[in-house]
Amino acid sequence: MDAKKIIIIGGGPAGLAAAIEANNQGIAPDDILILERDRELGGILNQCIHAGFGLHMFGEEMTGPEYAGRFIDIVKERNIGYLCNAMVLSVSPDREVAFVSPTEGFCRVKAGAIILAMGCRERTRGALNIAGTRPAGIYSAGTAQRYVNIDGYLPGKKVVILGSGDIGLIMARRLTLEGAKVLRVCELMPYSGGLPRNIAQCLDDFDIPLYLSHTVTEIHGRERVEGVTVAKVGDDRRPIVGTEEYIECDTLLLSVGLLPENELSREAGIALDRITGGAVVDETMQTSIPGVFACGNVLHVHDLVDFVTKEAYRAGAAAAKFVTGETVPGGNIRTGTVLSTEGKNGVRYVMPQKLHADGALSTETALFFRVDNIYRDKYVVLSVDGREITKTKKRFLEPGQMENVRLTDGAIDAIKTGKTVTVSLADA
Amino acid sequence: MSKLVKKTCIVCPMGCHLEAEVSESGEILSVSGNTCKRGDAYIRDELTDPRRTLTSTVRLMGAKDDVCLPVKTSGGIPKAKLFEAMEYLKTVTVTAPVTRGDVICENFLGEGVDLVAGKTVS
Amino acid sequence: MKYDVCIIGAGITGAMTARKLAKYNVSVCVLEAAGDVAMGATKANSAIVHAGFDAECGTLKAALNVKGCAMMPAETKELDVPYKQCGSLVCAYSDAEIAHLEQLYARGCENGVPDMRIVGGDELRAMEPNISPDAVAALWAPTAGIVCPYELCIAACENAVINGVQFKTNFRVTNITKENGTFAVTDGNEIVYADYLVNAAGVHSDEIAVLAGETDFPMHVIPRRGEYMLLDRSEGKMANHVLFSCPSANGKGILVSPTVDGNLILGPTAKAIDDKDDTATTTDGLMEVQNGARHLVPTVNTRAVITQFSGVRPTPVYADGDITKSDFCIRISETVPGLLHLAGIESPGLASSPATGEYAVELLAKMGLSLTEKSSYTPGRPKKIRFRELSDEERAEVIKQNPLYGKIICRCETVTEGEIVDAIHRPLGARDLDMVKRRTRAGMGRCGSGFCSPRTVEILARELGVPMDTITKCGGNSVILNGGKK
Repeated sequence: MDAKKIIIIGGGPAGLAAAIEANNQGIAPDDILILERDRELGGILNQCIHAGFGLHMFGEEMTGPEYAGRFIDIVKERNIGYLCNAMVLSVSPDREVAFVSPTEGFCRVKAGAIILAMGCRERTRGALNIAGTRPAGIYSAGTAQRYVNIDGYLPGKKVVILGSGDIGLIMARRLTLEGAKVLRVCELMPYSGGLPRNIAQCLDDFDIPLYLSHTVTEIHGRERVEGVTVAKVGDDRRPIVGTEEYIECDTLLLSVGLLPENELSREAGIALDRITGGAVVDETMQTSIPGVFACGNVLHVHDLVDFVTKEAYRAGAAAAKFVTGETVPGGNIRTGTVLSTEGKNGVRYVMPQKLHADGALSTETALFFRVDNIYRDKYVVLSVDGREITKTKKRFLEPGQMENVRLTDGAIDAIKTGKTVTVSLADA
Repeated sequence: MSKLVKKTCIVCPMGCHLEAEVSESGEILSVSGNTCKRGDAYIRDELTDPRRTLTSTVRLMGAKDDVCLPVKTSGGIPKAKLFEAMEYLKTVTVTAPVTRGDVICENFLGEGVDLVAGKTVS
Repeated sequence: MKYDVCIIGAGITGAMTARKLAKYNVSVCVLEAAGDVAMGATKANSAIVHAGFDAECGTLKAALNVKGCAMMPAETKELDVPYKQCGSLVCAYSDAEIAHLEQLYARGCENGVPDMRIVGGDELRAMEPNISPDAVAALWAPTAGIVCPYELCIAACENAVINGVQFKTNFRVTNITKENGTFAVTDGNEIVYADYLVNAAGVHSDEIAVLAGETDFPMHVIPRRGEYMLLDRSEGKMANHVLFSCPSANGKGILVSPTVDGNLILGPTAKAIDDKDDTATTTDGLMEVQNGARHLVPTVNTRAVITQFSGVRPTPVYADGDITKSDFCIRISETVPGLLHLAGIESPGLASSPATGEYAVELLAKMGLSLTEKSSYTPGRPKKIRFRELSDEERAEVIKQNPLYGKIICRCETVTEGEIVDAIHRPLGARDLDMVKRRTRAGMGRCGSGFCSPRTVEILARELGVPMDTITKCGGNSVILNGGKK
């Protein structure tokens, strides 16, 4: 296969949007190649048949397949290159992509730029160290979602869900509608990691109880799950002895967090952020390797696909500029002073981690962040080298919701001579 | 004596914490906590005629890979009718090709909304 | 159907015995209670080929261990099973423990373990940069190795199958009778007849002995459960060799070892339990594993855990009650002619297995089994493609020949659809998710099979011509999709 100007790894929402934007910026459709490991484009959206996508991008509520479909249609109409059933095995620092597919065989292809859009995976039972047996009937929420929505099979009848992330909540409703009994949702933390509206419309609507500060301590059943032991946890998140309760069920669903899927990035030597689990990037979504960009859940886990799309547009545009030889901040011609961003006082991380002082910063540039707990009535403070530049009042801040703060002209000015940009919370 | 009813707004991902002041006769006296007009409308509807958009799948025949077709109602149906709707969907089979937006069932359950295909499958 | 030899139990001991018997013109049938071979102690152990310095001098255990370890490189090569002779280190933390190393060294020398040496702290740290700073010396045994125990067992069984050995899985022996010198072994549905009976039933070997009419069985089996944690391949380089603590009265203790597939394994605990088939893990056990591992490698990242599991070993307890001097219970029955016990085989049963298999054949010959070599015998097994291990050119070639090798199903372990289809259609082919996993490593990775299991279920259903909701995780009632079809 001939070299490509841009290779995009992953044909989910991030990869699709990045490809379309690269094409918008003048990269010919056949100079772009999307490599998708599944049998069709669309990524995880294909199994997210619930509504709730697209409010920011399109002003309407769409289902996952509908949202993906809009982008897939454009890719197909424009004849942007893509290959399904194609699995990337390695990415080299000099931007060579090795992949396999049943039709193309084993290929090594050079790319002018690479956009990483591999998405994320779910944390597993193993990672939680839940004791007990290892029977059938333990699924990550996303695996169960695939069984129900793609394959058309219900994985179980009596379900306990551990973790109140959005996928867990969505699956509580989905399984209930399909006739399963969801006995309860247990959440280790004292608050839910999911969107408040999903607690309302997925649990409250169906009287499914949410047990905060609870976890599953043991799994029972030799062949199929027969029950789980649930216990209350203390402030240290460890089970409190004496609070154990046996719940009879045939299925345990785990919705205990998502992890950016960065094995390829790690092997390529791309610098990763310990907190987000994704690459360290600048405001153009460029990673520590020039010409390699990242966007979407491979970079940090989003709760709204709309923001994935916007991030992917930035990555696609920057990759296009990179291959057409235009200077991009931090690109092949590094000139700008590089600032670091950081989160403090309740802000767990800030994305991007790097900013270029003389780069394309504008009042459109936003810093995305997540808080580490539930907060009420706080200021979100943006400061440069400790000096407060802006503050915005927020009534509610929750770990389940990604927040953002836009740069102001004042901030952009301060950044020109600054070293560190900080997002923090302060009492209002 | 009026009472305060609390609801989480489900109109958008913001999830505003809405509060409605409801009189003894059930009249909504005031709404607070919303950050847009839709939140106001939502809690008023929710307290009188709660509706939900239903998303599910129906059986798909004739496609290469897909065996399930994602579908949704084009608007809300009464919350109390969700399970009746799910039962009805078991009787629906669609044959490919189908285009996103195709109407699968008009006037779904007589509720004045359509059942619409969510995915294009050739 | 009547056979010359019936082997009860398709763990590593039964499998190796079948493989060694398959060289001769004898008909052999192996009966296995579980749905697959390698499902007992063989499935879940430390995956170590011990050098042979642990066993008391003069025991059968010592002799078979040292011989089996020496045989292992050639054995695994013939069977196309990855083997790494990485060596082992028993680490000492005090003068008292160094004295113990010297005892082990002396015992190893007498057992015939080659090339052992006691290394000092500096050399130990050069060999193992992540070892505890408190470790002061170690016993170095270069002949120890690592192997995937169930893969070795499956390979030995596949080899036996292509050389004519019959396997019957899901055959839980419920009764054994003997008439006119012939054993009749049944699971209640089917009867298998044989002139010679080999008891290789692992934790259940004492029960099988009784069923076979043995009245002079010298021991009973205590099931001892060992819990383990398996860490991500990212942690595989935390240890270069098999790392043991100094043995104490509580056993060999928790070890830290690379696996042949590049993961890191921590464990085991050793707890006597009541139920021979109880392979659950416990909160306390997993804590003990983590603490024990940190004793050896303080920086071990137990957060990178992929899975936890436990295995039950058959610890023999002899009538005189001396548990520490318990040898393998390998002997010709004195009360039932034609019955051979290969019982009480706990660690180092894996290391010993090729030698145990050969020894079992010798004993059967002694018992009167007539052995003539089979001219058609082949020592290997059907070729197995491991896509992950191939070069670029080889990958291109296998995909050209079969495009299914170009479709990755398990992305964590880079396992292709071609390999899964092959696993289903090989001798003793995979029938459930775990059988696919043990044969291909699909689902063995860090995503906990979340991504590949729905695809593997689809492939199993397609290849076996059954609906998806009949596919199980591990046989029996372990149906994956038990909520019905939409």
